[in-house]
Amino acid sequence: MTDITKEAISPSRSFLSQDAIQVFYRLLAALLICAVLAVLSDSFLSLGNILNVLRQASLTFFIASGLTLVVLTAGLDLSVGANVALSACLAGTVIHQTGSPVLGVLTALVAGGIVGLLNGVMVTALRIPSFIATYGMLWVLNGLTYWYMAGETIHGFPAGFRQIGSGYLFGLPIPVYLLLIFLAIGTVFAQRTIWGQEIYAIGANPVAARLSGIPVVRRLLLVYAVSGTMAGLASIIFLSRLNSAEADIGESLTLPAIAAVLIGGTSLFGGVGTVFGTFVGALILTLVLNGMNILSVSANWQPLVTGIIVILAVWLDMKARRRAQ
Amino acid sequence: MSSASTIEAPSPAPLLELRGISKEFPGVKALDDVSFAVFPGEVHMLLGENGAGKSSLMKVLCGAYRADAGEFYYKGDKVAIASTADAQKLGIAVIFQEFSLVPHLDIAQNIFLGREPKGRIPGTIDRRKILADAKRVLDTIGFDIDPSTTVDKLGVAQQQMVEIAKAISQNARILVMDEPTAALSDRETDLLFALIARLKADGVSIVYISHRMAEVFALGDRITVLRDGRRIDGVRPADVTPDQLVRMMVGRTVDMSYPRNFADKPGEVLLSVKGLTSPTGISDIDIEVRRGEIVGLCGLVGSGRSEVARAIFGADPVTSGEIVFDGKTISGEPDVAARRGIALIPESRKSEGLALLRSVGDNLVVSALRKLFPSGLFDQRSAQRTSDSLIRQLRIATPSARQAVGLLSGGNQQKVVIGKWLAAGAKLFIFDEPTRGIDIGAKSEIFALIDRLVAEGAAALMISSEQVEICHVCDRAYVMREGRIAGHLARAELTEENIVRLGMHHA
Repeated sequence: MTDITKEAISPSRSFLSQDAIQVFYRLLAALLICAVLAVLSDSFLSLGNILNVLRQASLTFFIASGLTLVVLTAGLDLSVGANVALSACLAGTVIHQTGSPVLGVLTALVAGGIVGLLNGVMVTALRIPSFIATYGMLWVLNGLTYWYMAGETIHGFPAGFRQIGSGYLFGLPIPVYLLLIFLAIGTVFAQRTIWGQEIYAIGANPVAARLSGIPVVRRLLLVYAVSGTMAGLASIIFLSRLNSAEADIGESLTLPAIAAVLIGGTSLFGGVGTVFGTFVGALILTLVLNGMNILSVSANWQPLVTGIIVILAVWLDMKARRRAQ
Repeated sequence: MSSASTIEAPSPAPLLELRGISKEFPGVKALDDVSFAVFPGEVHMLLGENGAGKSSLMKVLCGAYRADAGEFYYKGDKVAIASTADAQKLGIAVIFQEFSLVPHLDIAQNIFLGREPKGRIPGTIDRRKILADAKRVLDTIGFDIDPSTTVDKLGVAQQQMVEIAKAISQNARILVMDEPTAALSDRETDLLFALIARLKADGVSIVYISHRMAEVFALGDRITVLRDGRRIDGVRPADVTPDQLVRMMVGRTVDMSYPRNFADKPGEVLLSVKGLTSPTGISDIDIEVRRGEIVGLCGLVGSGRSEVARAIFGADPVTSGEIVFDGKTISGEPDVAARRGIALIPESRKSEGLALLRSVGDNLVVSALRKLFPSGLFDQRSAQRTSDSLIRQLRIATPSARQAVGLLSGGNQQKVVIGKWLAAGAKLFIFDEPTRGIDIGAKSEIFALIDRLVAEGAAALMISSEQVEICHVCDRAYVMREGRIAGHLARAELTEENIVRLGMHHA
């Protein structure tokens, strides 16, 4: 058949290995940044600073990991930061009133998850584009949090609870352990479960996914719920680390999380990307900001640099993918 | 080709004449040496099966396609139609089935889109003039409506009127209409026919594509029949019967080298559909498919065949009726149907059947994930084994399972879509135009594959516009017309003529 000859001459390409290559380049970039910073500054390579970078990166990663799943389905969750704020304030109240950190943690996870589920319902049942649904949710959550807190600050939590965000175990900050745990869980979920495979399929072509028998609505609900729950988890770390909760703590979280996802190589068009890539993205973002701090570059420059890195990373990705086709 | 001389011209010279028009696309000759003349003030009916070349001819006429060979004459002078602008200059306008109106603009703005009268201030529109001009055009076609009404408030028939008004305002002398009554009620159809009579009286020529016998005879001054991209004959309605026309339309010759082993006795009933009605426009559908059978579902494009397939599969909502599959009723989303063993191989495989950027392997296992990995844990190596074995079994021409499926040829892509349902262990395969855009060799392979599937106890429901394929492959067939089952043809009755006769509108 003519078919066979036509295909035989075009070289074999794999998008799985393509993904691996992208992540590899990102790790190289992260190492390069480390090397440059190590040369420019003596304090960069200190253990304290490296642990600090990892702890910072973990906060971004918790939010960004759930967001990665949403972006893999060609969606977006702009409400994660506001979700962190609401979950933190609710959890803080519960801990104050019951004295039980466990109940507080549960509250944050459940509240975050419910918010995510509501996002999922808007996207699936009401068919509102995720960008708009979660943008609206951002305002709703902000409104609820400001109303609930009424300008108050909750602070002062039990020492045990504060260990989550600021404690150490065998010389490593506890958030770093959580980071490794959730990196593993996220990677296994995305790469090694059939739900993960279905999420990639939905992102690559939602119509074909539905007509292939994938329960698209249920998977999307799951993905948004996971994103919300991860925001709830992040709120615990924040609460415990800051030892206080205010209505405005979420305001600077969403955009860096999206930046980590994009720098990590996940495509906003869906179907392409990895949770590990997002981890590396969060790492690069944190390293650069940390480096600028160490080198005493004014913090005013940070947004500019972040923007340039995002644009550069996405542009290089698109170029690589176009070449692969 | 035989009988151009059998027609006497209704007036001495044709307004527009096409001679020896050919148009080829990769793998298909859409138009083959077609000659066609339009006389002033006539209604010229264009008749033919799906894929006979009507649309291609229409697109050549309006300059959307450029003919590979052939000549155009306008009032006896040789002209070129190389672009839509050329056609417009000659006064040729097309009313497509999908209107090209801007919904949130008003009637006047739509009629004069891109040609608005300029106001005194640069960049503005002379509102009073545009409304007056629009009113005048609407009056000439007898359409009494306020030209400042926005188009999205209009019904289909009224939108069609606006399209016609737009064409008239551009001084159209030849109006090409593609199945203009397809979406109209009886009363609206009468109004359209009255308008056509009025346009004729003004000397406007109408090229009218239709699938309804009644209007072919009621309206047509002349009829041109196309088949396989060729002009078969040109006749006057008075000289032919509907049966003769049907016979001219059918009789396509296609190489049928694939084998089909018809089962002597079909197995038990696998799918039984009763009274299926869906908001997509199908109603009261009764269909039965048994194990070991290939059942055809034919009818004209737009008669509701794909909608039946989608409703059975759960892809479209069902308002009433019952679907019993393998002894149990079934309802819900496609994932329910898929898990029970129904497969849909959709018509547009690129947009609905495959994730083009993902690998062949990913696409092959996507429907079988639950079956292959009941624990929920995905294993890349085991998935790879499954896809490798399917690639061998279906002889999918790909360098490896890791190749992006979008890089494969049409035939191999179709094999991947079928393969994913083989992996899922489907029992009923619903094929929607399974051989569209596939070369002859791959077609035979696809049919051999379908034959093997049903021989092994599965069943197939096959939608095809290629009647000759249905006749060759199917045990029996249902014919649809305007959202309903118009008839059932057993193996012995399964001829192209019978399919066309049942599928055409006679009322």
